[in-house]
Amino acid sequence: MKKLDLVCPAGTPAALRVAVDNGADAVYMGFRDETNARNFPGLNFSVEELAEALDYAHARGAKVLLAVNTYAAAGGGEPWIKAVDNAAMLQVDAIIMADIGLLDYAKRTHPGLRLHLSVQASASNAVAINHYVKEFGVRRVVLPRVLSVTEIRDINQKINIESEVFAFGGMCPMAEGRCSLSSYITGKSPNMNGVCSPASHVAYVKQGSDLKANLADFTINKFSAHEQAGYPTLCKGRFSANGAAGYLFEEPTSLNVTRILPELMAAGVSALKIEGRQRSKAYVRDVVKNFRRAIDAAARGERMVINMDHLSEGGQNTTGAYDKKWM
Amino acid sequence: MDVMSSSKLSLGPLLFNWDAEKTRDFYFAIADDAPIDHVFLGEVVCRKRLAGKNYLPDIMERLQKAGKKVVLSGLILISDERDMKASQDLAAAADDYMVEANDLSLVSLLQGQEHAIGPYINIYNEATLKYYEQQGGRHICLPPELPAASLRALAKVATSDLEIQVFGRMPLAISARCYHARAHNLHKDNCQYICNRDPDGLTVETLEGQDFLAINGLQTLSYRYGNLLAELPELAAMGIQNFRLSPHDVDMIKVSQLYRDFLDGKKSLAQTNDSLEAEMIAIEFSNGYYHNVAGLEQVNKP
Repeated sequence: MKKLDLVCPAGTPAALRVAVDNGADAVYMGFRDETNARNFPGLNFSVEELAEALDYAHARGAKVLLAVNTYAAAGGGEPWIKAVDNAAMLQVDAIIMADIGLLDYAKRTHPGLRLHLSVQASASNAVAINHYVKEFGVRRVVLPRVLSVTEIRDINQKINIESEVFAFGGMCPMAEGRCSLSSYITGKSPNMNGVCSPASHVAYVKQGSDLKANLADFTINKFSAHEQAGYPTLCKGRFSANGAAGYLFEEPTSLNVTRILPELMAAGVSALKIEGRQRSKAYVRDVVKNFRRAIDAAARGERMVINMDHLSEGGQNTTGAYDKKWM
Repeated sequence: MDVMSSSKLSLGPLLFNWDAEKTRDFYFAIADDAPIDHVFLGEVVCRKRLAGKNYLPDIMERLQKAGKKVVLSGLILISDERDMKASQDLAAAADDYMVEANDLSLVSLLQGQEHAIGPYINIYNEATLKYYEQQGGRHICLPPELPAASLRALAKVATSDLEIQVFGRMPLAISARCYHARAHNLHKDNCQYICNRDPDGLTVETLEGQDFLAINGLQTLSYRYGNLLAELPELAAMGIQNFRLSPHDVDMIKVSQLYRDFLDGKKSLAQTNDSLEAEMIAIEFSNGYYHNVAGLEQVNKP
C-alpha cells in the first residue's frame, strides 16, 4: 500500500515554513481575498508570497496546493479568474476548486494545471466524482466529511483518481459547500465570502457569573465560571429543542483519525488533510509532527494512537462520520 | 400579458415527513383547487423516508389530470448505494417526467436529457449556470442565499427557465447526521421516523429562548419563512418568472391563491400581505438574502 500523503495548512508564510520543516508532503493556502474558504483578517498569501512559498517548499521536496475554493460571484467573477490565472502563472502543484464554472475555465485556459476537487464541491459519490473527472480532468477529490470508511472504500473502487480525506482539526457536521447557516444569521457564508460564523459578528457578554458567546446577537453558547469558553461556531453551540438543551448539531470537538489510519489506507485513501489555516505556528508544528510519525508508523504496518487532546477543540476528539455511529 | 401575470407558480417538494394519508389529501387538494403550474414531488431529504411512498402514482395521476406539470425531485445528499439506486430509478423515469436533480450525480445520469435543477446545486455565477444549461438543465431553481444582484446577472444570461423560492422555510444545510434522531437520543439507523412529529420542522431555540433554526431530519431550515411577495415585481422584471412555494402545514391553497391574485393584479401588495399575515399569525417572515443582508432579516422597502 502506498504511503499516505500529509497535506498541511499554511495560513501564513511562517506557518508554511513550519509545516514544511516538520514533514508536510504538501501545504495548502489561499490568496488574500474572498476566493478562498478561510478569508480571515491577517491570513493568506499575496502573489509574491506564494512565489516565495513555492521556492521554499520545492527546495525541500514539498508540494504547494492553492485553494480557490469559494464560488465566484455573478457579475463579479474577476478575483476568481485572476486567482486561477496567477496559480497557473506561478505553476502551483495543484489548484483546489469547487465552482463548476471555474473548473471549466481552468480546464479550457490552463490545460496543464492540475485540478483537485475541493471538499466544498461536496462530491459524495462515485458518479459525481467521475463526472468531474470526465468533464474537467480532476486528479484528486477531497471527500466530504459525510462518508463512513466503508463508503469511502466503495467510492475508491469506482474512481480512478486519488482521494484525500480530512484527518485532524475543526469538523463541519454539515455537508461542506451546502451550508448557508452562517449567512442566514450573519449575512456572510462559506460559499460566497469564504467565512463561517465570522469574528466580526462575535461578542462575549457577561451575564452574572456566566459568559455568553454571541453571534450576531444570538446566544450560541453560555459558559459558567468553571467552563472554558469556546468560539461560537454556530453549528457547535448549545441550543434547545422540545425544551431540552444540548449540543443539537455537534459538540465542540476536533476530528482525529490517527487511530484509524490503517483502515483509511485499506480503503484506498491517498492523502490526509489537516484543517487549520487559521491556527498558530505552534499548533501547526505539533499537529504536523505527530501526523508525520503516525503516517510513517502506518506505512510500517503499525497502528499509533497519538493523544492530541490538548490540540483539540474542547479537549475532545472524534472520528466523525468515518464511524457510522456518529450519524 | 405582463411579466407578472405570465409568471408561474411552483409547489416545491414536500420537505417534511407527513404520513401517507395527510400527504395524499394535501396533494389531491392541490390538484383540485390550487392555482399552481408545476408540482415538484418526491423525497429530497432522507432516503429512509422513501419507504412506503407507494401512493405517489395516485397523486401524480390526479395532478396531471388537473393540468399540472409534475416534476420528480431527487435526493440532496447521495452517499451510498441505496441513495444512488433512488437516483437511478428517477433517471429511468426521465423519458416520461421532468426530473429535478439536487446533486451533481443525478445531473450526470441525466446528461443530455432535458431536466430540472433544484436549489441544492451550487449555481452562483454565469459560467456555472451556462454549464448546467449545456448539460440539459431547462428549469433551474437557484440557491436561496443569492442576493438580487446575482439573480439579475444570472437572469440576464439564462436560456433556461429560472425559479426562486418565494415562500416557506429556507433550506440551509444537509448532513449525514440526523438531528431529529439526535434530539430524541436515537440513532439514525433506528430513528423510528421521529421526524414525523414535526410537520413544519422542529424549532431550535438559543439558550436565551431566541427562535433560531428548524430541524428536519438530516436537513436544517431557517426558523423564519422566506417571503419574497414584495419582490415579485422586481424578480419578474429581471426575467425570473417561476416562483416556488415550499409546502407547509398551512392552507397552501389559500397561500397559492394569494400569490396568484397578486401576480394577476387582482389584489394589491398591502392587501395580499395583510391576508397572508392573517392566515399565518404566528409565522415570522424574512427576505434578507434577496437584499444582501442576513437571511433572517426582514427588509421593508420604503
